[in-house]
Amino acid sequence: MIEINNLNKSYAVGQNKLHVLKGINFSVKSGEMVAIMGSSGSGKSTFLNILGMLDEADTGSYVLDGTPIKQLNETTAARYRNQFLGFIFQSFNLISYKSALDNVAMPLYYQGMKRQERTERAMHYLEKVGLANWAEHLPNELSGGQKQRVAIARALASDPKVLLADEPTGALDSTTSYEVMDLIQEINDEGKTILCVTHERDIAQMCRRIVHLKDGLIVKDESVNQVRAKIALNV
Amino acid sequence: MFSLERWHEIFETLNKNRLRTFLTALSVASGIFILVILLGVSTGIQKGVQSEFEQDAANRISVWTGTTTKEYNGLNPGRYIQLKNEDHVLIESNYDDYLEYRTPIYSIWGGAVSYKDQNGTYRVEGAFPDQQFIENETMVQGRFIAQSDLDQTTKVAVIGHQMKRDLFKNEDPIGAQIDIQGINFIVVGVYSDPGGNREENRIFIPLSTAQKVFNAQDRLRSLAYTVKMSDDFDQAVALSSALSEQIDKDLRQKYSVAPDDRSAVRVNSTLEEAKRIYGLIDTIRGVFWFIGIGTIIAGIVGVSNIMLIVVKERTKEIGIRKALGALPWSIIGMILQEAIFVTAMAGFIGLFLGVGLLELVGPMVDSAFIKYPQVDFATAMTTVVVLILAGTLAGFIPAQRAAHIRPIEALRDE
Ligand SMILES: Nc1ncnc2c1ncn2[C@@H]1O[C@H](COP(=O)(O)OP(=O)(O)OP(=O)(O)O)[C@@H](O)[C@H]1O
Ligand SMILES: [Mg+2]
Repeated sequence: MIEINNLNKSYAVGQNKLHVLKGINFSVKSGEMVAIMGSSGSGKSTFLNILGMLDEADTGSYVLDGTPIKQLNETTAARYRNQFLGFIFQSFNLISYKSALDNVAMPLYYQGMKRQERTERAMHYLEKVGLANWAEHLPNELSGGQKQRVAIARALASDPKVLLADEPTGALDSTTSYEVMDLIQEINDEGKTILCVTHERDIAQMCRRIVHLKDGLIVKDESVNQVRAKIALNV
Repeated sequence: MFSLERWHEIFETLNKNRLRTFLTALSVASGIFILVILLGVSTGIQKGVQSEFEQDAANRISVWTGTTTKEYNGLNPGRYIQLKNEDHVLIESNYDDYLEYRTPIYSIWGGAVSYKDQNGTYRVEGAFPDQQFIENETMVQGRFIAQSDLDQTTKVAVIGHQMKRDLFKNEDPIGAQIDIQGINFIVVGVYSDPGGNREENRIFIPLSTAQKVFNAQDRLRSLAYTVKMSDDFDQAVALSSALSEQIDKDLRQKYSVAPDDRSAVRVNSTLEEAKRIYGLIDTIRGVFWFIGIGTIIAGIVGVSNIMLIVVKERTKEIGIRKALGALPWSIIGMILQEAIFVTAMAGFIGLFLGVGLLELVGPMVDSAFIKYPQVDFATAMTTVVVLILAGTLAGFIPAQRAAHIRPIEALRDE
């Protein structure tokens, strides 16, 4: 699903260059659920943004589902994002003046889908995350966990190939975190490929594979026995 | 680009941000409102001035004389230049081809006129039959002075409508005998003048009679002509001013008057004056457009500014939209269309309010210089075009800014 070869990324900081990613080799198969861990500033977000085509690598190759991702202009990047990727952010990033339903329907709007169909689809995903009754509510009428569920529904709505989550539980308490992880696990169970940046061990343990980033390189890549969030919740 | 979906998006955004929308709209609406009012007023001025000119024939040339104020050719100032019949004869014979109507005039101010027990003072003008056309008089009753009156020096008088009302009330004046400065005249006609009451307080008698009864011999007070009009206004103006210049020169030469002595000899061409005033109206109109456009530019800058703030405020939202797959042009379209929509709607409100106010108040306005201020369809259409352009312009920079927002930067939390 994802093929990364010798990926490099550096930022110009004043006169100096900050080399953040120093030759990453990484591949993900369809249906995997990978946690990306590392200390703060290790380049996790940078890496995920490059995978999400929100940022571009300096060198290296990136193939997503057989499509080489290179020399993106804004338009093709936007199109690929819309087709291939779903994003989940730490701070939810819902549009504040739009209802939960309209937020979920947003990527479909940019696909050019008709209003009727859009609404039906968005409603389906809201049901899936258990928020059918909250469809007409504005984000500020929802709890943190509910907001993240809406964001997940939105990420799923365009039926992307890969879900990219940057600290999806970073702003939530542990119980709510587990509920959200439970939902993400269910989605993974259905076969969706998921990449999840986190610096919390317990959250990482709920994925199936953990990749450790340090000083711009992958220092450890391990398969784990997935801890089911449902069980963690009941303890 | 102008899909229903987009409109839905825009209405929603505007509706959710009512205060912002209202303030934006207010600046544009007032700009257009002011422009419309200014244009209406300038049309009003144009009409007002036009109607002023309708009082007399527009292609009139008037000749007046007075006392010299400058020494010339060894002649002292203070000489009175007296026009004579021969001056008229000379001008007429020299420029016959160019003249349409002509009349020499001998007039007295404050002539005492009475009918039965009614009396008043009026200006009495001895003139030729052509005076009717030069002064733009319409006959209400009877006839004007005729050539035969001049030939036979008859004592007939043509009185103004206002004068008729004052002296005769409801009586029929035709054939009545009136007393002018102690001499009996028969009223043969009543005229009305587009200049209104003031101009209808004159009484016309044959020139020959006037010169005889007032003991004026061959002296004249003034001369009046109209120039033959051609279809081309500029050509007519050129002819008219050339002719008045020539007459002016002839008279100054004949009476030895300094070329710049305006009080001794004055030759006025209404057409030239008209052209000057029409030029002035054009200038006023230009200034009004300038002010109006200025106000609209202020409005555009306002809208642009507000839209920039909006874009800044919505940076995160735009970042989210882009992350979700919004194409750059759809963001540009969104901001641009919103700007155009707001300016257009607000502008139309301003336009309707402006036109409405003019329609309401306009008909009541009828002073000497401004008459029925109004905007015509073409002007309204022009302002609409100006509006759309303004909206596009106002949205352009903010849209450009929005399109350049990079999602990762917009979505960074801090
Ligand atoms: N746009 C940028 N310009 C300059 N430096 C940047 C930029 N974005 C990130 N960096 C730097 O790159 C390094 C990696 O940042 P990144 O956000 O990827 O870290 P992270 O692993 O996600 O950290 P955290 O766990 O705190 O989120 C940091 O030192 C950061 O300061
Ligand atoms: Mg990060």
